Amino acid sequence: MASGWLFPIFDLFITELLNYITLRNLLSFFALICLLAACSGGTQNEEATAESEETVTEEETPQVDAQLLATGETVYNQYCLACHQANGQGVPGAFPPLTQTEWVLGDDIRLITIVLQGLQGEITVNGETYNNIMAPHAFLTDDQVAGVLTYVRNSFGNKAEAIAPEEVAEVRASIES
Amino acid sequence: MNNFTKQLQFSVSLLFLLSLTGLIISCGDSSSSTAEQDVDAQFTADENNGSITLSNGFGAYVVADDVGKARHIVVRDNGDIYVKIRDTKAGGGILALRDTDGDGRADQKEYFGEYGGTGIDIYDDYLYYSSDTVVYRVALGDELVPTAELEVVVEGFINQGQHATKSFTFDNAGHIYVNIGAPSNACQEQLRTPKSPGQDPCPQLDRQAGIWQFSANELNQTQEEHGVRYATGIRNAVALDWNDNVNSLYALQHGRDQLSNLWPEYYDSLQSAELPAEEFLKVSEGSDFGWPFCYYDPQKDLKVLAPEYGGNGEETGRCADMEDPIMAFPAHWAPNDIIFYNSDMFPEKYRSGAFIAFHGSWNRAPLPQKGYNIAFVPMGSDGLPSGEFERFADEFAGSGGEIESPGDAEFRPTGLAVGPDGSLYITDDQKGRIWRVFYQDNSEQVAGLVR
Repeated sequence: MASGWLFPIFDLFITELLNYITLRNLLSFFALICLLAACSGGTQNEEATAESEETVTEEETPQVDAQLLATGETVYNQYCLACHQANGQGVPGAFPPLTQTEWVLGDDIRLITIVLQGLQGEITVNGETYNNIMAPHAFLTDDQVAGVLTYVRNSFGNKAEAIAPEEVAEVRASIES
Repeated sequence: MNNFTKQLQFSVSLLFLLSLTGLIISCGDSSSSTAEQDVDAQFTADENNGSITLSNGFGAYVVADDVGKARHIVVRDNGDIYVKIRDTKAGGGILALRDTDGDGRADQKEYFGEYGGTGIDIYDDYLYYSSDTVVYRVALGDELVPTAELEVVVEGFINQGQHATKSFTFDNAGHIYVNIGAPSNACQEQLRTPKSPGQDPCPQLDRQAGIWQFSANELNQTQEEHGVRYATGIRNAVALDWNDNVNSLYALQHGRDQLSNLWPEYYDSLQSAELPAEEFLKVSEGSDFGWPFCYYDPQKDLKVLAPEYGGNGEETGRCADMEDPIMAFPAHWAPNDIIFYNSDMFPEKYRSGAFIAFHGSWNRAPLPQKGYNIAFVPMGSDGLPSGEFERFADEFAGSGGEIESPGDAEFRPTGLAVGPDGSLYITDDQKGRIWRVFYQDNSEQVAGLVR
């Protein structure tokens, strides 16, 4: 059925293509490919260099401090897991999730403040509202707060910058003053 | 003349035959009919009973699905269903359902009402329902959605973030009983904070943490002027119902949380997951069940002093004087509704007993979460349980075994109602599913075939 009109079209296409492919065109085409490969190869090299440079500069705060994570996990299991749950997803209608939310991945200072001072009143997290009370955790040390926030920011599918104990100390001082 | 007569005869005979046929057809219809088909459909379970398991002889089907966070429920004598929704996102705080084609499943679904909440019931042809701070009522008419003016029955409850829903029930003497939850876990000086002591006296007991009694028929009452504190020392009794058989109030408490978080020197995670029991209470005027000073230890069968008040998991102290529960359920199961069964569809053993909806735990982590079922408790004529409880409807959490977190649960049972024919209705506030559970005696089925 289709062969009635389809074949002539194909025929035309192949004929045109074969007309176009001459030795000269093939050589030009190859040259173009090599040039592009060289350029992108060059770009790749640049990127690789850039990455290794970044890695070099990040040595002072490497991938994520293992000690901080370990402290954080202990704190999470003791103080946070009960409400925010082992998978960080919270309890529908009661306690908000810690996964993929601006509350965790965003503003450092707001996040640290929540851990130190607690939080109450109606909030919206990932489109759902919560109206409960989170207790203050100022009894945790700067190391513990930095640790648990770093742990949360690198668990449950989250990936974000670590929080340093010095940062926590600053926020704590500004709250208390 | 002859011709005419013949024609006349012919016409009359034809007319007669037609009428007779018509009569036969219509008679035929009414016997095989809509009535029987209705009943068939109303007693035909869904595959897998709508994803739950049931005790032998029972079946269930889904009446409505994805309705929002369905909380308590009531079924009118004409079969109309009213469900309280936790918020108004779906279009209103109440969902009204009507089955127009008689197959038991809802066809008409209307949202109305400006306030989300939990409590809903029908009393004296009025639909009563509550937000977190007010109990309303509206007169019911023939329409599915009531058109009468909304009235305020009781207001002036404290605006609170925790344990705020105001579920309620009625007695047979013109009173409404409203649960007022405590705005805390254990009345600590610093909420949910490790090692923070409890406030003593606990000021939350003045206007919260108990059940208040009001007139069911008086409008514009306030808690402070018109309420009678019927019972105290109850952390949060979302589930409450009047038992007509002994003319008494019953309730279940949501027990306190976080023993191992707050007092790790006395409790480890396992102990914290199994303490305290969820208490099933027989409530009399003046009852004091001991919260926040006490909790019930189901292994010791004792009310034990809370660590906020000097307890260490072992001491009784002032709790010796507090009222005990009539039955203890596993910790953190979260009882959300109770209904006494006084119909005759279900077999004899269920009559006068209590069905209880358990929302399921959150506070057992890191241990697996539990609960998520409808339990049945047989009750004696003395008003006390006459046997062990049975898991009547189960696997609401899912059929895949234990879950780690409430968010993993498929459904979380929240509300219960009994319909005019004695079927049991169950709501879920996780996905918004409503089931109707019926009992079908096999012997009746066989008789039906022979007919």
